[in-house]
Amino acid sequence: MGAGHAHLLHRPGDTAVHRLPAQVKVVAALAVVLCVVSTPRGEFAAFGLYLLLLACVWALARVPPGWLAKRALIEAPFVVLAVVLPFTAGGPTVGLLGLRLSETGLLAGWNILAKGTLGVLVSLTLSATTSPRDLLVGLQRLRVPALVITIATLMLRYLEVISAEAARMRVARICRGHDPRFLWQAGATARAVGTLFIRSYERGERVHLAMVSRGWTGTMPDAGRAAAPRTWLAGLVPAVGAALVLGTTLWG
Amino acid sequence: MPETAADDTPTTRPPALLVEGLAYAYPDGHQALFGIDLRVEPGERVAVLGPNGAGKTTLVLHLNGVHTPGAGRVAVAGLPVAKANLREVRRRVGIVFQDPDDQLFMPTVREDVAFGPANFGLRGAELDARVAAALAAVGMAEHADRSPMHLSGGQRRRVALATVLACDPEVLVLDEPSANLEPVARRELAEVLLGLGRTTLMVTHDLPYALQLCPRSVLVDEGVVVADGPTRELLADTALLAAHRLELPFGFRLD
Ligand SMILES: Nc1ncnc2c1ncn2[C@@H]1O[C@H](COP(=O)(O)OP(=O)(O)OP(=O)(O)O)[C@@H](O)[C@H]1O
Ligand SMILES: [Mg+2]
Repeated sequence: MGAGHAHLLHRPGDTAVHRLPAQVKVVAALAVVLCVVSTPRGEFAAFGLYLLLLACVWALARVPPGWLAKRALIEAPFVVLAVVLPFTAGGPTVGLLGLRLSETGLLAGWNILAKGTLGVLVSLTLSATTSPRDLLVGLQRLRVPALVITIATLMLRYLEVISAEAARMRVARICRGHDPRFLWQAGATARAVGTLFIRSYERGERVHLAMVSRGWTGTMPDAGRAAAPRTWLAGLVPAVGAALVLGTTLWG
Repeated sequence: MPETAADDTPTTRPPALLVEGLAYAYPDGHQALFGIDLRVEPGERVAVLGPNGAGKTTLVLHLNGVHTPGAGRVAVAGLPVAKANLREVRRRVGIVFQDPDDQLFMPTVREDVAFGPANFGLRGAELDARVAAALAAVGMAEHADRSPMHLSGGQRRRVALATVLACDPEVLVLDEPSANLEPVARRELAEVLLGLGRTTLMVTHDLPYALQLCPRSVLVDEGVVVADGPTRELLADTALLAAHRLELPFGFRLD
């Protein structure tokens, strides 16, 4: 039943990156994303440097790029948008492989693609190296309002609940002779998706009730530990790196 | 687990659980309870029997304020189950849910068992000791660092029980605790429950188990209490059992 779903976005490990207190990682990730977003879209080298910076963190945390690539697929809709833009935007055009493409559209597409990909990769790096629980404790330490933390908890829980429920329903369907490879059985799969949402919602409700029954009031009981100034400095190295890249592109 | 001595003079204290005229309809309009009356004295162990869909789980979920009564009232040791008292009520009443998958959600067994007592203010060494004692009581100490999602059905049920034992509630409410358990684990669970000496309300379809653990039983059907009395007398009434889709297992005799 639902084996393995517990680590959908998390990749447990015991590296320096994993051990870093969550609040430090959250701040570092946020800072890097801010740098990426404020980089002018024409500064191609800067985006390369950001990627290099991330690659260093992955090496430290021993997260294989393939693992990240598979999960980065959630940004596929944005990729489509980025591909469509060069054909639809107006203004001056450039020739590429015999196609007339809008120059502003091309740049806008690249802008979405580069910043979106980097943003997704940063978030994935954070979630890969921080367990959901630590993440919540980290947010709590950063004095994020309890309501936001509650919503985040529920989202994390529903994500796991849905994937577990999906795995169970798939097993139940297959055991009753359903073979999802056949096209004419696609209907059953589609109906299952609908049922899945209702069932996940109801199970999520019951899990919530069970949490409430054990005295849960919306905050994680474990308040975590404060990070020493040196830990903050070490953890913020990638953020400082990103800030340097941004600084040189803006004033260099 | 620390012991609370079961007081033999219950009349001097308010009932551990008091349910009066409890009626409840689910949000989809389905009326599940039609006026339940139940009084459980401190230290009593009471079995709740009844067919599928009788309203047993619905009743249980009123005892710590998960559901809000449509009519009637519920009190725990004299304290009304109302919004202002919910935290105290939940500290006093520990519910083990029917489906362990609803109960377990943390990445490891240890964290899941620590979740409740930490919510109620326990920290550090005291918390660790409480978690260790609860896991030992259900024989799951060696699985403390595994993910609850990767345990067998019976193991999950035991961990679910430990999550509630760790909260050290005055009243223990168990919704079908023996389902999915191997015979030995079932007997060990009985020993744990008897050893705790807590006020216990146990929903079960396992009639011999009810007889073994609970001197008193209430029979619920179609949202009302249809019988309430000594378990042995209730189970000896074949006509009553048959009228409510209950029967003793093959070969089981009451004599
Ligand atoms: N979430 C819900 N929404 C609507 N109706 C519900 C819901 N949960 C239960 N019911 C209905 O309420 C009635 C009582 O259900 P309840 O779960 O209390 O039964 P039960 O006595 O615990 O049965 P079982 O022995 O099968 O666990 C049933 O008719 C059931 O269909
Ligand atoms: Mg039930």
